[in-house]
Amino acid sequence: MSTDTPDATAEETPSRAELAARVDELEEQLAAVSADSDDDDGKKMSIIATKGTLDMAYPPLILASTAAAFGYEVTVFHTFWGLDILHEERSRDLQLSSVGNPNMPVPNVVGALPGMDRVTTKLMEKRIDDNETATIEELIETSLDMGVEFQACQMTIELMDYDEADFYDGVTTGVGAATAIQDMADADIQLLV
Amino acid sequence: MSSEYEITETLDVKGASCPMPVVKTKSAIDDLAAGEVLEVLATDSGSMSDIAGWADGTAGVELLSQEEGDGVYRHYVRKTE
Repeated sequence: MSTDTPDATAEETPSRAELAARVDELEEQLAAVSADSDDDDGKKMSIIATKGTLDMAYPPLILASTAAAFGYEVTVFHTFWGLDILHEERSRDLQLSSVGNPNMPVPNVVGALPGMDRVTTKLMEKRIDDNETATIEELIETSLDMGVEFQACQMTIELMDYDEADFYDGVTTGVGAATAIQDMADADIQLLV
Repeated sequence: MSSEYEITETLDVKGASCPMPVVKTKSAIDDLAAGEVLEVLATDSGSMSDIAGWADGTAGVELLSQEEGDGVYRHYVRKTE
């Protein structure tokens, strides 16, 4: 074996021209790789939205629309109560819980009284209105316009006995956890809200 | 001030709050041609940081300047490609 080596090496010693050709080839490959990673401006974000209270509906929608403005390809997978955000009728009537949130101006014992969720929700809606904060509906429409893909978990649709026609136009149905995993695996940013 | 640039379009998002100034800026920039300049008028104080961050993280746009006066934040963004 070892006696073969010098011969083999001698035979395989590339000429100057071959080396130059090899360098050119490598430079081309490097350029292609850099170009790929540059215009692989295919930045992706994947959000899992699981909450359906008024306050928790905002973060996924604000982040989704903003990421879309940055050029991210965004998918938001809505499951359990998060599905209500995509439900056209229910999304306009999301509630704020007056208990379990120590930042609420009312003590839990008062917040637990009948009708208190309504009261705190009305107060928040008024603030949203006074402050010209976008509504949930506006954020969904804007996000859809910007190419955000909203996915409605099929299992939850059936669990909640919703109809696919109940969702905003443009919402993707017929998807499950595997789709979400695939999106998360491909994404640069993954969030569970 | 802003007179150094020729402003192609003005986007008025006064009153709107996060995320709308950035989101609408993006949509307005999409409608411009390369080299054109968008003026954005906002009252959201967060727009100073947000539009700067957006322009920094987005290919094909360049933040020319930002100014504040009379409660209005003015942003000048050029579409570069």
